Amino acid sequence: MRSIKGLIEDLLSIPEERSTPERYRIVGRNIAILMLTTTLVPLALMTAINYYEYKAALRNEIQAPMKTLVNKAKHSFELFLAGRLSTVNFIASAYTFEELADEKNLNRIFRVLKKEFEGFVDIGLIDSKGTQISYAGPYELQGKDYADQAWFEQVRVNGVYISDVFKGYRKFPHLAIAVQHISTDGREWIVRATINTAKLDDLIASMGLDSESDAFVINRQGVFQTKSKFYGDVLDKCPVTIPTRSFEPTVIERVDPLGRDIFLGYVYFNQNDFIFAFIKHKSDVLKVWYTLRADLLIVFVIGLTVIILGVLKLTSIMMKRMKESDDRRTMALREVEHSHKLSSIGRLAAGVAHEVNNPLAVINEKAGLMQDVIQYNPDFPDRERFLNLVKAIIQSVERCRTITHRLLGFARRMDVEVQLLDVNEVLRETLGFLEKEALYRNVKLDLDLLKNLPQIKSDRGQLQQVFLNILNNAMFAIGDGGTIAISSFERDSEMIGVTIKDTGHGMSEETLKHVFEPFFTTKKSGQGTGLGLSITYGIVKRLGGDIEVQSKPGIGTFFTVYLPKQTPAQSGV
Amino acid sequence: MKDWKVLLVDDEKEFVVTIAERLGMRGIITETVFEGEGAFKKLETFEPDVMVLDLMMPGMSGLTVLEKVKKLYPKIEVILLTGIGSTPEGLTGMRLGAFDYLMKPLQIDELIQKIGMAINKRSSAT
Repeated sequence: MRSIKGLIEDLLSIPEERSTPERYRIVGRNIAILMLTTTLVPLALMTAINYYEYKAALRNEIQAPMKTLVNKAKHSFELFLAGRLSTVNFIASAYTFEELADEKNLNRIFRVLKKEFEGFVDIGLIDSKGTQISYAGPYELQGKDYADQAWFEQVRVNGVYISDVFKGYRKFPHLAIAVQHISTDGREWIVRATINTAKLDDLIASMGLDSESDAFVINRQGVFQTKSKFYGDVLDKCPVTIPTRSFEPTVIERVDPLGRDIFLGYVYFNQNDFIFAFIKHKSDVLKVWYTLRADLLIVFVIGLTVIILGVLKLTSIMMKRMKESDDRRTMALREVEHSHKLSSIGRLAAGVAHEVNNPLAVINEKAGLMQDVIQYNPDFPDRERFLNLVKAIIQSVERCRTITHRLLGFARRMDVEVQLLDVNEVLRETLGFLEKEALYRNVKLDLDLLKNLPQIKSDRGQLQQVFLNILNNAMFAIGDGGTIAISSFERDSEMIGVTIKDTGHGMSEETLKHVFEPFFTTKKSGQGTGLGLSITYGIVKRLGGDIEVQSKPGIGTFFTVYLPKQTPAQSGV
Repeated sequence: MKDWKVLLVDDEKEFVVTIAERLGMRGIITETVFEGEGAFKKLETFEPDVMVLDLMMPGMSGLTVLEKVKKLYPKIEVILLTGIGSTPEGLTGMRLGAFDYLMKPLQIDELIQKIGMAINKRSSAT
């Protein structure tokens, strides 16, 4: 019990410590196992229960009519034998010994008997010593001595005797019925009649059995008393053994000597040593069952396939969703982390800019004073030269001022602020960061900015970051001496666009597929975080825009950024 | 520019002294103070036309000095000096009554021009 609980807990747990792809594989596998278990176990149970219930119901449906038929047949046979027995008994009782000993009388009785009752072959009167006194029938049996025969002894003991079927000198199967009568004066005689068992075969034939069924009567020694369709003729040994005595109709399953599966229905006769047997071939009666079983199997297999496919599909969708959601969460976290980092850098930059600014102002004023002193004194030695030197100082201060300006601009980008802005100006400002590097590396910056580009409402800092990220990648890709072409355009009444095209090494199809994924980089370790373009993508999307990239290895890369003129209110920027 | 009286208030001594000297060379009467409280002492003896006031000072901040000056000496025009990127503070100062603001490092000619404009405003008001 505990191990099952442990197993379920194992299946439900998510292995946090595993590496990501393996984790998804384990979670997916566990979910699939759980879903398959919870769906397939009931299906299998239901199929099994149905299988056994149907089987039992069908068996009952086959066996019940067999039992009825067996019982009915038994009654017919018993009735037949009882009818003949009571007739013989009536003759023995109704006539005196003398009347029966008179052959004329006996022949008359025999004629009536044959007329009224089918099957009687002959009839004879036997005295207490076993000698046949009179006989009516087709044979010459008068005077025959039966004293030594077993049946004679039995009839004297039991009063009644019904023989098994035998041929004897009549050469056809028949059975004998003998009845003892003791008159009031103590005189004893026996009336014995033989009956043609063809009548028994008629009884079986009248049951209307189909071609695959067989019915017969055997005695307790297993000898056929009637002929069998499949197993032998009258007086042959029956190859099918009948189990223990049962006076109730019973149906059992077994394999017959011909190797066929059969249902065997049988019943022992109450008054005689006969057994009635009824045989049906399973393959025949179970046709319906086999069809049903095949249907059940087909339904089960289809159900199984549908469930397995469904579960696998569902699991794969769930895993995909889970991975996507995890990726989004990771990306959001990384973005926040990155923006915090940038924010700290921004604050640091702002602090540096402020601190540098004051000494810069002092330098500026000192140089200004020097300029004043020289200018106000016409006789200053080397006047022109000093004026030039001072001018150079003031120009350098101006350059420093520009740098601190940019640092502060970078710091301001950390604060999200939507304002009406000129994208061309933002582009120029961003390019300012790269001008020096471009100059040193002999990179040509080709600007084709649309005059009168409509101003848009967006975030200056975020846009600068977008352009800077793309431009940095372009600078990295082109190597020395390449060209970066930047253009702006108005796409339609709602969007403007910016294209940045480089003549760098380009990207393969495979790289293109992953280019906006976080932590995807083709740069060597330490050269890139793999975050730049994913952040760029995130920012553009947040600003309500879109970004497209086209690239061909060896030719270059072409980025297009679309920006809405109005930033959507729900963007959160 | 003759008889223009300017009080420079800034904690950056080297800066303020140099500016004073440069203005002086152009005939402007200039006094310097290096912290907020000192400005009011100086004002007891020296009443300028224009006060050039740095916003970032230890002790009494530039904006406090501005408010107090405008209250006690409403005739004195104040030009604010701000650090780079301190536009919002400059605008706040103007709402509190400053004549204008300039960003450091500054151009001497621009400063003189602003002082002139402030004095013009002052004289047209009187």
